[in-house]
Amino acid sequence: MTAPAPRPDRAAARTAVACAGLAVGMIGLAFASVPLYDAFCKATGYDGTPRQGPALAASADRTGAGMLVHFDTNVAPGLPWKFSAEMPSIEADLGETKTVFFRVTNTGTKPTTGVATFNVQPGLMGGYFVKIACFCFNEQTLQPGETLDVPVVFYVDPALRSDSNTAHLSEMTLSYTYFASKNGQPVTASVATTGAAGSKRDF
Amino acid sequence: MATATAHAEAHEAHDHKPSFFARWFLSTNHKDIGTLYLLFAFCAGMIGAFLSFGIRMEMEQPGLQYFSNPQTYNVFVTGHGLIMVFFMVMPALIGGFGNWFVPLMIGAPDMAFPRMNNISFWLTVAGFMSLLCSLFVEGAPGAAGAGTGWTVYPPLSTAGHPGPAVDFAIFALHLSGAGSILGAINFITTILNMRAPGMTLHKMPLFAWAELVTAFLLLLSLPVLAGAITMLLTDRNFGTTFFDPAGGGDPILYQHLFWFFGHPEVYIMILPAFGIVSHIIATFSRKPVFGYLAMAYAMVAIGVVGFVVWAHHMYTVGLSLQTQSYFVFATMVIAVPTGVKIFSWIATMWGGSIRFTAAMHWAVGFIFLFTVGGVTGVVLANSAVDKYLHDTYYVVAHFHYVLSLGAVFIIFAGVYYWFPKMTGHIIPEWAGKLHFWLAFIGANVLFFPMHFLGLAGMPRRYADYPEAFAGWHKVSTYGGHIFGLGMFVFVIGVILAFRSKERAADNPWGEGATTLEWTLSSPPPFHQFETLPRIVDEPGAH
Repeated sequence: MTAPAPRPDRAAARTAVACAGLAVGMIGLAFASVPLYDAFCKATGYDGTPRQGPALAASADRTGAGMLVHFDTNVAPGLPWKFSAEMPSIEADLGETKTVFFRVTNTGTKPTTGVATFNVQPGLMGGYFVKIACFCFNEQTLQPGETLDVPVVFYVDPALRSDSNTAHLSEMTLSYTYFASKNGQPVTASVATTGAAGSKRDF
Repeated sequence: MATATAHAEAHEAHDHKPSFFARWFLSTNHKDIGTLYLLFAFCAGMIGAFLSFGIRMEMEQPGLQYFSNPQTYNVFVTGHGLIMVFFMVMPALIGGFGNWFVPLMIGAPDMAFPRMNNISFWLTVAGFMSLLCSLFVEGAPGAAGAGTGWTVYPPLSTAGHPGPAVDFAIFALHLSGAGSILGAINFITTILNMRAPGMTLHKMPLFAWAELVTAFLLLLSLPVLAGAITMLLTDRNFGTTFFDPAGGGDPILYQHLFWFFGHPEVYIMILPAFGIVSHIIATFSRKPVFGYLAMAYAMVAIGVVGFVVWAHHMYTVGLSLQTQSYFVFATMVIAVPTGVKIFSWIATMWGGSIRFTAAMHWAVGFIFLFTVGGVTGVVLANSAVDKYLHDTYYVVAHFHYVLSLGAVFIIFAGVYYWFPKMTGHIIPEWAGKLHFWLAFIGANVLFFPMHFLGLAGMPRRYADYPEAFAGWHKVSTYGGHIFGLGMFVFVIGVILAFRSKERAADNPWGEGATTLEWTLSSPPPFHQFETLPRIVDEPGAH
């Protein structure tokens, strides 16, 4: 709403630099979103990210209505492993600490390294599923034929009953997937060598 | 500029024009660069249209007729989307009409940074070349091209496409994105610093307002896309795991980043069209546009709110009820400023002395079609409804009504409105009107049945479908042929215009055309406004 400045060249340069700064700032924000999103998911359990923390104190309020927790185990293509939970599901009272063992076996002929990631469904339960100990994100190398039992210790936070999104739920699923450790190898390269993930199916 | 003299403004013949190569390949003249952008958009649009022709031919019947494998069909869909968004609509509305008419309308001699303008254009061309390359190199195993959709979601774009096609597509977006960001800086600097004496922002024509808001949207959203696709590129080639769960990444993060860009992008494509349609309606109703300030700030409001509604593209990823409620509400709020614009256009026509020229046909047709697309947009804004319609042909129908029939109709409206000004030649009115009716009927026959297909459950991005959908797909393909026929009429009209000896007057549209470009000769001199025009308040002007 001001009239054009008397020194248009300098004013123009100033505007252009401000605009360029804005663009660079937005690129910075795009990259900053990666750790921010990660922190946000961990803090809120957003998108099925389970919380991590210590066990509830023994005196913590436990309610009778429990939660049936199903276990789902997957192995990504390219990793010759067998992966299963010791039981398909477990009935856990809210606030009660539970320990479940998962068994993983290398059925291949070479030592291989895998990394597990986890997720809970429904995704909105992420904030109420608290892991005390688990084997996720640790690189795990198994010799051919080697079997390993790994524990997951968790409890379901009773606070879920006061959240309208989750108050009605009585079942949930904890899902684990073992991926072949990429050791910094690009996606394109790993797919090219295993060829498994890229195969086309008829639809 | 150094060669221009004071009297050059009045007589085109006195202009000193550079040689052919220097004029068109090393151009720093905003009108020449605008012309280059328009020609480029036309060529890219023809290739994009050819790809959509392939899509419609395949969808005419169930089963595979023209494509040997569905992956290649998806490559056509992806190519069509990327080309039409980044290399047809944006170059035409922003690079083409924006370069041509923003300096003319605000009374500036040229853009603020003429050489940067040239870089913007050639970066866009280079991006297009990269995209064309991606069509011919391997993407998914055993098939050429990127079949990821224009959204390029991982893991399909990472693990699903080990070949270099997706890398070429990403570079195409990088290059054209860099071009657009430079262009946006140029527009903002020009509009904020080079308005003629007396032209305050509140007296600036609505098209310049539209380009200003669009430039800000580009500046804030495109870097986010650039960041997201850079992460995709390093995920693909350098072993990072931004979006790969194997290393703790999350593919949903890509969707958030993409749509933080993607939603403002749809306003980037439609806001310049809003500006153009305001001028056409006002000109041919012989009235100043109704509610000028409300029109300008409605565009600003659309731009601002457009940044906080992105997750309505991802209702199916498992958002909490509260999050969904927010995005439903925020999305519906956009209908308010958009409604202000629609009603103001109608109010401009109300009681006006309306002439139904070719350009006016296109503008009024736009208002109708854009309203249809806007209404289905409000339907889709409801998360509960959207979960049923997500990724169906209903969505395809919706965004083609607002883009293919909205933005594209206004590109043609702009061509018919400004062709006499840009070239000094006149497209016969009958050609423009015949083109309009073929396009209007064709586009409705093409896209309206897609609503029915989507409601019946027909998903996007499939080359084959059950027999039950065959009827409406056939009708839709016929509509595509009618629309295509209209393009021939357009080309004939342009050829006739250049062959005719008739020359356009400085202001062929009479007293309704009040913006500064009509005070210049047709075509305008190579360099204009060596003496800056002075804008004074006229009674009755906004």
